[in-house]
Amino acid sequence: MAQRKNMRGALRTITDHVATGLAILATVLVVAPLVAIFGYLIYKGASSLNLAFFTEIPKPEGEVGGGMANAIVGSAVLLGVASLLGIPIGIGGGIYLAEFGRGTRLANAIRFTADVLNGVPSIVMGIAIYSLIVFQQKHFSAFSGGVALGIMMIPTVTRTTEEMLLMVPHSIREAALGLGVPNWRSVLSITLKTASPGVITGCMLAFARVAGETAPLLFTALGNQFWSVDLNQPIAALPLQIYIYAISPYDDQHRLAWAGALVLIALIVLAVSLVRYVAGRGILKGAS
Amino acid sequence: MLACAASIFAIVVLIATELVLQSQQSWHKFGLPFFYKFNVDPDTHLPLFWDPVNGTFYALPFLYGTLVSSLLALLIAVPLAIGVAVFLTEMCPGFLRGPLSFLTELLAAIPSVVYGLWAMFVLVPLLREHINPFFIGIFGAPSMVRLFGWTGLVGDDGLFGGVNLGLGLLAAGVILAIMILPIIASLTREVMSAVPNAQREAVLALGATRWEMIRVGVLRNARIGIVGSIILGLGRALGETMAVAMVIGNSAEIHKSLLSTGHSMASVIANEFSEATSDMHRSALIEIGLALFLVTILVNGLARLLVWAVTRGTPVRAN
Repeated sequence: MAQRKNMRGALRTITDHVATGLAILATVLVVAPLVAIFGYLIYKGASSLNLAFFTEIPKPEGEVGGGMANAIVGSAVLLGVASLLGIPIGIGGGIYLAEFGRGTRLANAIRFTADVLNGVPSIVMGIAIYSLIVFQQKHFSAFSGGVALGIMMIPTVTRTTEEMLLMVPHSIREAALGLGVPNWRSVLSITLKTASPGVITGCMLAFARVAGETAPLLFTALGNQFWSVDLNQPIAALPLQIYIYAISPYDDQHRLAWAGALVLIALIVLAVSLVRYVAGRGILKGAS
Repeated sequence: MLACAASIFAIVVLIATELVLQSQQSWHKFGLPFFYKFNVDPDTHLPLFWDPVNGTFYALPFLYGTLVSSLLALLIAVPLAIGVAVFLTEMCPGFLRGPLSFLTELLAAIPSVVYGLWAMFVLVPLLREHINPFFIGIFGAPSMVRLFGWTGLVGDDGLFGGVNLGLGLLAAGVILAIMILPIIASLTREVMSAVPNAQREAVLALGATRWEMIRVGVLRNARIGIVGSIILGLGRALGETMAVAMVIGNSAEIHKSLLSTGHSMASVIANEFSEATSDMHRSALIEIGLALFLVTILVNGLARLLVWAVTRGTPVRAN
């Protein structure tokens, strides 16, 4: 009897060790491709990166050299349009959810819709904007690409803004209201201001996310081999250029694709680390 | 402020109406059979699904490609993701937790096109040279064929039959798994941390080992949320475009073999939309987009409801 009990105990201990081992194995298996991706990216990208990458525009197909200067500028233009559209609307939506509509059924429905919109594939966003703008105007344009990216920013910015505002202690709002400040004023210059570092990092996160989007640009911004900052013309973009070069048959274009990927990742890692840094040391200025 | 918030509704409605309007032409011509029928080639007697030049548009191979690659991705990613979440919440020494969760966050932030680039130049050769031959060896072994030949899954026309290009459904499934892993892992971690500590303590106090505590006290309580996060990962996999388009091989055919090339709903849009040969072609592609839109809305809505059902009531956190 006692022996059987011991056996069962041993079996339980063994199961425990096996489960622990499997969890550790899973973690290693997950970390391995990440390290492989980053390592390979840095190895390939760093050896391909040079000054010409940042200063020259693409060479004609098959020729060696050239850079992605126009794509970098193009991405900046697209992201500028996207931010102008996405950030104000997103912050406004977040303020409504956290301050004016808190707890109402409408706010809950909007929050749910925002989360669902976040999961809509970016390629679907691309064809919707194509039908809405490109198809009506009869030409591809930087403007339509910017709008597509901007719309994709809205749900992310809305939700992070809301979360940041909800972290502002109630006593701060009450103090403002107690001094006789109208509610809208208190929201804008007290609550929003207190949460501003968090809100800004949220915007950066959304920015970083759409900076790497390719699918919605395929049939809106289209891409461009030449210099262009005209909102009414097709424009080049970094992720788009990486895609075009990746599927091209030329080795030198593959090299440029790796360099572009490294630049893109560097930008995104920078944004994510910044977000973590700010979030880690307390989001709220003077609130705690 | 209300207008800003309401614009989110407006966007969803606008996308839906625009997709419905633009896909009318194909809907009127093909109707519902668009998603399940096909023509038969009179010469070769092979099924003919998608032939823009002759105006044949049936979407079955894209549904198949999306479904198979997404399910493969779940099959690979779910056990790993749950393992990582268990490790991070219950076993991980404190000094590792920060860097590891940062890594998973980074993994989630890498753009699709960069995953695609890596998959094209690293993963596909790796599959072609090492991993696929291994599976072909197992599935093609004479004893396997003798024992399991009746299932139709082994041998030359089985799951690992046909030409080994490296590109194909398996490559798409693997890269999708790598991409949805961090999403499932971080959400699972979140629902697992939402389980109150009292549960853990109660189970441990009854003399359970750590694994029994995790199984009975944590996983069982968090299971709805875990299912929710898996469905959310599925939603991401269904709509993933660039990485899949770069490795799936782009052919509108249906084959049983995982090594065969295919096409997913998103990848066919990415590949053909800007060069659509006719209005009907474009309309058919938009109808595929509409289907994708509806499916992802359903899947994401369901997942959100499940995740909320579990994490509701826990305080809002920074990220």
